[in-house]
Amino acid sequence: MKVHSTVIKYGDHVDTDVIIPARHLNTTDHAELASHCMEDLDKDFKKKSETSKIIVAGRNFGCGSSREHAPIAIKASGIGVVIADSFARIFYRNAIDIGMPIIECPAASAAVSNGDELIVDMDTGVITDVTTGEEFKAAPLPPFIQEIVNCGGIANYVRRKIEA
Amino acid sequence: MGMTMTQKILARAAGVESCRAGELLMCRLDLVLGNDITGPVAINEFFKMGATKVFDPAKIALIPDHFVPNKDIKSATMAKQMRDFARAQQIVHYYEVGRVGIEHALLPEQGIVAPGEVIIGADSHTCTYGAVGAFSTGVGSTDMAVGMATGECWFKVPEAIKVVLTGKMKPWVSGKDVILHLIGEIGVDGALYQSLEFTGDGVASIDMDGRLTIANMAIEAGAKNGIFPVDDICKAYLAERVDREWTAFEPDEDAEYVRTVTINLDELDMTVSLPHLPENTKPARECAELAIDQVVIGSCTNGRISDMRAAAAVLKGQKVHDRVRCIVIPGTQQVVKDCLAEGLVDIFIDAGAIFTMPTCGPCLGGHCGILADGERAVSTTNRNFVGRMGHTGSEVILASPAVAAASAVMGRVAVPEEIVG
Repeated sequence: MKVHSTVIKYGDHVDTDVIIPARHLNTTDHAELASHCMEDLDKDFKKKSETSKIIVAGRNFGCGSSREHAPIAIKASGIGVVIADSFARIFYRNAIDIGMPIIECPAASAAVSNGDELIVDMDTGVITDVTTGEEFKAAPLPPFIQEIVNCGGIANYVRRKIEA
Repeated sequence: MGMTMTQKILARAAGVESCRAGELLMCRLDLVLGNDITGPVAINEFFKMGATKVFDPAKIALIPDHFVPNKDIKSATMAKQMRDFARAQQIVHYYEVGRVGIEHALLPEQGIVAPGEVIIGADSHTCTYGAVGAFSTGVGSTDMAVGMATGECWFKVPEAIKVVLTGKMKPWVSGKDVILHLIGEIGVDGALYQSLEFTGDGVASIDMDGRLTIANMAIEAGAKNGIFPVDDICKAYLAERVDREWTAFEPDEDAEYVRTVTINLDELDMTVSLPHLPENTKPARECAELAIDQVVIGSCTNGRISDMRAAAAVLKGQKVHDRVRCIVIPGTQQVVKDCLAEGLVDIFIDAGAIFTMPTCGPCLGGHCGILADGERAVSTTNRNFVGRMGHTGSEVILASPAVAAASAVMGRVAVPEEIVG
């Protein structure tokens, strides 16, 4: 699977309170969560995410609360992949569980700029910055994790296994 | 190669003799926890997976504490969804408003968590139960759903940081100062994916409420879990609460640690975390220029009876500053009763503070004390991210109950010595 789009760039320690503020946690509706995604960090995220489908961030992306509403809001905003220097561990696990593609790549996190055009190959972990011509190699998610992500999350994955 | 406390607990729960950092293990779970925010998402996933019955109704805790008593219609709808599920599945540890408290205050108090147990909770502060020698960690709602359905969860065995506590805390210094200082030392991702294992002669000088506070904020250093040895103080605490058998684990002498951090409690001073990250720590007495509008004393971090006593010791005979709203939030109904019995409620009210029902409330910007643009709070809660307690233009300073109470009186960041001896 490849994601080809422009980049929305953020810094270190993007926490789950800015990804989806707790005042909006009184719902489980994915579209409603998406409508408030990142609003405390970046008022223009909603507009940007209409055309830009890749988030590139710094260290410890998704730190803080365990709210699964955070990766749900990002995924429901149409983001195809989040690349970061590192992820907070609960967010990392949640993203895979709900089928939100993520890649850890410190080199890309450091080099890629806001607005760059990127091609991300989830199968190989190769990230190409079309704007600068640079290429980065991240460790791809192992096949069974990719299968979970491709199923749209572990619930669908488990269901398919049960039905198979 | 020897094992850490955490590694021993995980190995036993996976039914293997030993394990090493980096290994993936499927572990049997002793408790699966959720609250009124994360529970409904998990319940949706539970049914989406095709599950129909929970693996064991006695090993699931569903605790409505974040937005209850229901703050609006949407919250009421989510609380109802969890209540209906709890009734249908005959969940033993479901507590209704009036009996419920803040999850991480309630579960240890009621003896629902014990040493050696493996616990997951769809709440990041589930790591609190490391204070009683359990392996407990926060997960998302989907992992909670899988846990409810199967009674199992997979884990990557974590490396560990050894935190050696030496000496004895000075008067007014507390567990909160220990953990804020540690986060300041190693950073908010300083223990990412790792365990924080506390040890050293200094542990004996920290009471159980203090240890619960410390383990509670392990997540604020990015840690998977924080864990304490089960000593006589812990055993005495458990004896009053837990009537089932439990097993305590000690680390092997040759257990491998990626790093050792030593904190000399003799030298530790009262510490605050300035906006907007818990790692922005500074001695409280160096922040006297910061005027404040609100003080919150409570939460899963500091809503226990020792915290209430520390705040009351400062507020006794004092008045909350004219400009300040001081909100005291007991963690559980038992804490409420103890506060009443010990006369603490009179102290709070006479000082001009409000004493509320147990709730997570303002900690996460939910209700009962939201901040407006430009307002600043001193709070005994656990996070000071942008917008955490309200408007993105507001600020939260994290502190201990004693520092928070002193700040309420002075109308700025203050230490108790400025008010009482």
